Amino acid sequence: MLLPLVAALNGLGLAVIHRLDLARGDSAESGFARQQLVWMTVGVLLFVAALVIVRDHRILQRFTYTFGLGAILLLLLPMVPGIGTEINGARIWIHLGPFSFQPGEVAKVLLVLAFAGYLVRHRDALALAGRRLLVIDLPRGRDLGPILVMWLISLGILVFQSDLGSSLLFFGLFLVMLYVATERPGWLVVGGTLFAGGAYLAYRLFGHVAARVDIWLHPFAHYGDGTDDRGRQSVETMFGMAWGGLLGRGFGHGQPYRISYAESDFIMGAIGEELGLTAVIAVILVYGLIVERGLRTALICRDGFGKLVATGLACVFALQVFVVIGGVTRLIPLTGLTTPFLSYGGSSLVANWVIVALLLRISDHARRPLPTLAAAEESSDEETQVVRML
Amino acid sequence: MNRPIRTMSVFALLLFLALMLNATYLQYVRAADLSGDARNRQVIDAAFSRDRGAIVVDGVAVAQSRASDDRFDYQRRYPQPRLYAPVTGYFSYYSQTGIEQSQNAVLSGDDPRLFVTRLVDLVSNAAPKGGRVELTLDPAAQQAAYDGLSALPGDVKGAVVAIEPSTGRILAMVSLPSYDPNELASHDLAAAKDAYDRLIAAPDQPLLNRAVQTRLPPGSTFKIVTAAAALEDGLATRADSLVPGGPSYRLPLSTAVIDNGGRSCGTKKIPLQQALMNSCNTSFLALADQLGHDKMTEQAERFGFNADYLTDLAPQARSVYPREADRAQNALSGIGQWDVSATPLQMAMVMAGVANGGVVKKPFLVDQVLSPDLDPLDKTTDSDLSRAISPSTAATLTDMLVATVSSGTGTPAAIPGVEVAGKTGTAENCDGCRPYAWFVSFAPARDAQVAVAVMIQGTDVPSGDIAGGRLGGPIAKAVMEAVLNQ
Repeated sequence: MLLPLVAALNGLGLAVIHRLDLARGDSAESGFARQQLVWMTVGVLLFVAALVIVRDHRILQRFTYTFGLGAILLLLLPMVPGIGTEINGARIWIHLGPFSFQPGEVAKVLLVLAFAGYLVRHRDALALAGRRLLVIDLPRGRDLGPILVMWLISLGILVFQSDLGSSLLFFGLFLVMLYVATERPGWLVVGGTLFAGGAYLAYRLFGHVAARVDIWLHPFAHYGDGTDDRGRQSVETMFGMAWGGLLGRGFGHGQPYRISYAESDFIMGAIGEELGLTAVIAVILVYGLIVERGLRTALICRDGFGKLVATGLACVFALQVFVVIGGVTRLIPLTGLTTPFLSYGGSSLVANWVIVALLLRISDHARRPLPTLAAAEESSDEETQVVRML
Repeated sequence: MNRPIRTMSVFALLLFLALMLNATYLQYVRAADLSGDARNRQVIDAAFSRDRGAIVVDGVAVAQSRASDDRFDYQRRYPQPRLYAPVTGYFSYYSQTGIEQSQNAVLSGDDPRLFVTRLVDLVSNAAPKGGRVELTLDPAAQQAAYDGLSALPGDVKGAVVAIEPSTGRILAMVSLPSYDPNELASHDLAAAKDAYDRLIAAPDQPLLNRAVQTRLPPGSTFKIVTAAAALEDGLATRADSLVPGGPSYRLPLSTAVIDNGGRSCGTKKIPLQQALMNSCNTSFLALADQLGHDKMTEQAERFGFNADYLTDLAPQARSVYPREADRAQNALSGIGQWDVSATPLQMAMVMAGVANGGVVKKPFLVDQVLSPDLDPLDKTTDSDLSRAISPSTAATLTDMLVATVSSGTGTPAAIPGVEVAGKTGTAENCDGCRPYAWFVSFAPARDAQVAVAVMIQGTDVPSGDIAGGRLGGPIAKAVMEAVLNQ
């Protein structure tokens, strides 16, 4: 089921990007759609490669620290002078020769694997009862280490790379996986508080964060002549989506090209205008189904690592969709993230195809009949669950 | 680990629900609000490329939309641009005026009365079409007014309005100089902008509809109102009632003396008819002073001064009888000078009121509104604006105005075989300025079918030769003939 959903999204994204190419007057050869097609091919090849190479997802657990280190290195890459470039105020790109690349997207996948490996190994220690405050079990002070480190990394990304979206994504991801691994809601409370505090501090201390929030709250004050016009993207998106209404203007009959970056971050605005609320809801539902498949894989998976990886991938997907679509539709402040599978952007597309490959592999593994001998050992920590509807 | 995974499922479900609710809020609940925003280019573009309804005069479209194959789907065309521009206005990417503006809801198809049509369009996936607006204008009268005014020498500035007295239907509305709305409706937006900038900067103000947007002292034509007030008040009862006359009149509380420009106005007392025929300043200064400011104001307001009445065009200048005036100013107002000012439409309404037995009808331009399939949606029915004077006063005034045309200052407007009632006017609103010429009339006198007001603000005629009768009379005559000959 995952594959058709993903293919539908990828196809829709290609169509919309091509439509925007035409509006821009680009030929089929030079347009974004062409490049996206190339990236899609790379993505599908990697998808197949991942399925072939990773015969059993559990071997990935061996590389926990390698992945962790790799993720951190990737995240730091844009900060390296020479190859890191700042685009639209966010320092999240690297340039190597003719290729530009958003390492954060790949780091996302590596982080999930690293977290899963780490947490499976240390979940018992982290799950030890700490102090009890009101009705919530709070973790012990010394166990707060990793969460504090992750918090600092997230804030670091926010401050030094001006990337609100990734910062939110990585921290949220870590928090969720920690919670799932330890089954202790206390982590959510601690993490949530830390995040809220950090976000508030960033809002007060850093201009670009405050500016984003201000544009979010008062986009019309930043639109049109006589203003800094930084709310244009947001306002044009709102106009476009409102103009699209329930059924949309019809493909090719709207003006989604009014929205800057309609082919990448704001692709939902283009879909909303031309295909209407109906398509927007449909796309959100497709994302919902993908997440649901991921979480169900996590439920039926027999090993802790697989459970964590599947949960992490599903949640990182859900969070990303929420953050970007919520930002575009002004539910939350705008953050720079791509819409998975829809948006133009090679790194994102490739990374997401790999995510799907991993989910499929875990799912496949979980549904295989239990190997007769090793079964007892592996399922010791959790009984295989009966699949239940979400 | 499964319990937290389930919790996360619920959490993810909530996230996606929030997204869907927010999208619904944005695209459905707030959609109308956002689409109504003036800065919303999508909406403006769509409106500009819509199949807009036609504006029709007697079965012929004077503004219509034709399919176009450029950036916008339809191009607005004005087949007789200069003749009808003051009424239709223009439809440009940036703004609209005239009927294009006041009837925009129908023309664009957004009017609630077109709801069913829109619904059918939505279901059949057809582009929305606009409704049709039919005007009251009479093409022959409009053409006669335009030709007459254009025939004056030089760069003419002026306006003509003709009304059907019994209904208030506007039969002609011409303003010069005019402009070509096709230039402004151009899909070459830069050219359209240039044309607009040029028109708005032109010293002659071609975008001004002088028939309703220019108000000037009505001069001697206002003496009809003063005579009406005197008759209503009983200062005079018949055409031959004696009123003050004489060669000169010293304004109350002032040393200024006003004469009659050499016209015969007796020595002390003259009949009201002679005073009106010869446009005696001295008589009407005295009458206005005797009536006083309150009665003069009341009479002027019953003809429509100090009020807005034409809802089919906006903006319009409001004709004024000054609310504050001392005795000298009130006396001057009685002969249409000082701060009294009227639009050509207002003076046409004064004549229409007299012609209609004293009842002033509310003027209107939009006859009926039709759906894109030409089903009638709404037809304007005539309504009374006010009763200005009694039928007997109207009859007396008509007699005197007929005499004015047959043997007084208004002879250029005489039509053989038809009784024409009319009055000339020449006024200035500053010392040394070029005077304005007015002519107002209606015909046939006993069963009026048309009342006309001609206002000539400027033309290349020496100041001394500017006289309402000589310049305006023939134009009024042509318009009346155009209506009567049908």
